[in-house]
Amino acid sequence: MKIAPSPVPLRLSLGPIQYHWSKEKMLGFYRAIESTPVDIVYLGETVCSKRRSFRHKDWIDVAERLRGAGKEVILSTLALVEANSELGYIRRICNNETFTIEANDMSAVQMLAGKTTFIGGASLNIYNSRTLNKLVGMGMSRWIMPVELSKSALAGFQKKMLVGIETEVFAWGRMPLAYSARCYTARAHNVSKDDCANCCINDPDGLQLSTREDEKFLVINGIQTQSAKVHSLIVEACDPAPGIDILRISPQSENTELVITMFDQARTGAATAIEATQELACLSPAELCDGYWHGEAGMASLSTNCG
Amino acid sequence: MELVCPAGNIPSLKAAVDNGADAVYIGFRNETNARHFAGLNFDNKQIGQCLAYARSHATKVYVAINTYPQAGNFAKWQRAVDQAAEYGVDALILADIGVMDYAAEKWPELRLHLSVQASATSHEAVRFYAEQFGVKRAVIPRVLSVKQVAALVDNSPIPIEVFGFGSLCVMVEGRCYLSSYVTGQGPNTFGACSPASFVRWSETDSKLETRLNGVLIDRVNKDEHAGYPTICKGRFIVNGETSYAIEQPTSLNTLPILPELLAIGVAAVKVEGRQRSPAYVAKVTRVMRAAIDAAMNDPEHFVPDPVWLEELTSVSEGVQTTLGAYQRDWQ
Repeated sequence: MKIAPSPVPLRLSLGPIQYHWSKEKMLGFYRAIESTPVDIVYLGETVCSKRRSFRHKDWIDVAERLRGAGKEVILSTLALVEANSELGYIRRICNNETFTIEANDMSAVQMLAGKTTFIGGASLNIYNSRTLNKLVGMGMSRWIMPVELSKSALAGFQKKMLVGIETEVFAWGRMPLAYSARCYTARAHNVSKDDCANCCINDPDGLQLSTREDEKFLVINGIQTQSAKVHSLIVEACDPAPGIDILRISPQSENTELVITMFDQARTGAATAIEATQELACLSPAELCDGYWHGEAGMASLSTNCG
Repeated sequence: MELVCPAGNIPSLKAAVDNGADAVYIGFRNETNARHFAGLNFDNKQIGQCLAYARSHATKVYVAINTYPQAGNFAKWQRAVDQAAEYGVDALILADIGVMDYAAEKWPELRLHLSVQASATSHEAVRFYAEQFGVKRAVIPRVLSVKQVAALVDNSPIPIEVFGFGSLCVMVEGRCYLSSYVTGQGPNTFGACSPASFVRWSETDSKLETRLNGVLIDRVNKDEHAGYPTICKGRFIVNGETSYAIEQPTSLNTLPILPELLAIGVAAVKVEGRQRSPAYVAKVTRVMRAAIDAAMNDPEHFVPDPVWLEELTSVSEGVQTTLGAYQRDWQ
């Protein structure tokens, strides 16, 4: 009798904090994460180099603690690189010999390619297998699929996926939709980016942008623009589509540990998709959506309505 | 400093060539380029006509194949590369790593430029494409200040092309999903931002509303001009105040800083607008040609002619222009 190979369990990751939080809040947040069932934690400032609640040493300290708590720890780099000083910091992160790097821009890829294995972040434009496999040839061992790609796009990648390459999918949180030179939080306060006084620290889940019909449309997060709706692929935690190795949860200012718990219960079968969706709807700072996953407009909700 | 001008059809190409463009960039009539609009761009036969006309006037032709093929449709992008290469175009403008890899392998002699859609904003990113695929020039996103462009040019292994005039993308090109978030179709995957098929104009008693797939982008009085509902140029509510929270309808205009761009060693200046009319292409090309020539002849005494500025403003979005991110306080 043939024995089916035991399936590799779906892993959960915690993405980098996208917002600007105080040092105390970040320390408390990561201390709480140590005892959650998340498997992988991505650390680092990926949005704006002016956010300096944590210095490099603080990141490394937190990284060591989380690793001590059994987490796989990855250091994430900035998505939009403009100044030479930013390149200098990315180089410093890439030169560390302890932790793997998530490259969120081709600058970081250039520093890592051919030297060490790395992870391709969601802001790299990986839209087809030839691109993916070219980067794999340079040392990429895991990639986070761009959020605008669908389940059927993932199935297309699977046909030419090289053995051992891990696929991570953005499964919870407000989606990064755009980056700009301009800081929209500063603009909302009528100041320029150079005079921002780090005002985004007052918006721990970003700043709401609504249409003139009061539809919650986007969220401003400094130079990054996010979806107002929270992207949820909890259904994939219950019954993962072929090819998903890791589901990513993006931190929010409150209840992140509870969100992780729900994803964990969904993946272990302790909660059904309907139960988990209902629970998550209460924990979410906004309405849920999953349009991209189904090949539709990103803001659409197809299986996130819990009736 | 080379002047690179847009053409979405043969009359526009002729307008660019006749008015002094050093190079014209075009695209195929499908989603392989970032101006995938109905009735725009060139079929295979017309590309030949373009080349013949441009060659007879010593003007170069670049072909933009600068969107991102997805699993299952890569062949269409390969075909676009092959067709352009077989015609012997002067360069391809590419964004996708897979397409670049294909082009570099199949057509090693063909000159490759990095599209703005590849989002390379640092010399390390540019170096990646130069080393991996032999890219010979990079077009950079409209996110750097003049000082940052200068630092990039200084450290880049290859020449840098910047945007000089045209509609302003305020988000980093190649990394903006706003359109696909609302419509399911965006620049990277479909080759268009805010596709016309999702646009609705509607009138209430006193207002004109513009919507994109149902989302209200702007509402103006009936006597006001309503712009095309590009998401980043809409009016929204933040902190209880209604405003252009991202950017006003405006166009980029670098005339005031042309001598600086020259001095820092920018290799080429690009005009946006393959979707615009032949009259737009003619006017902008003529003004930019005159301005670049004047700036090159006597950079120290260069002052943009008020007539040039007026002409450019008249074809600008919102009838106004900006230096955008080149100017630090815009950011």
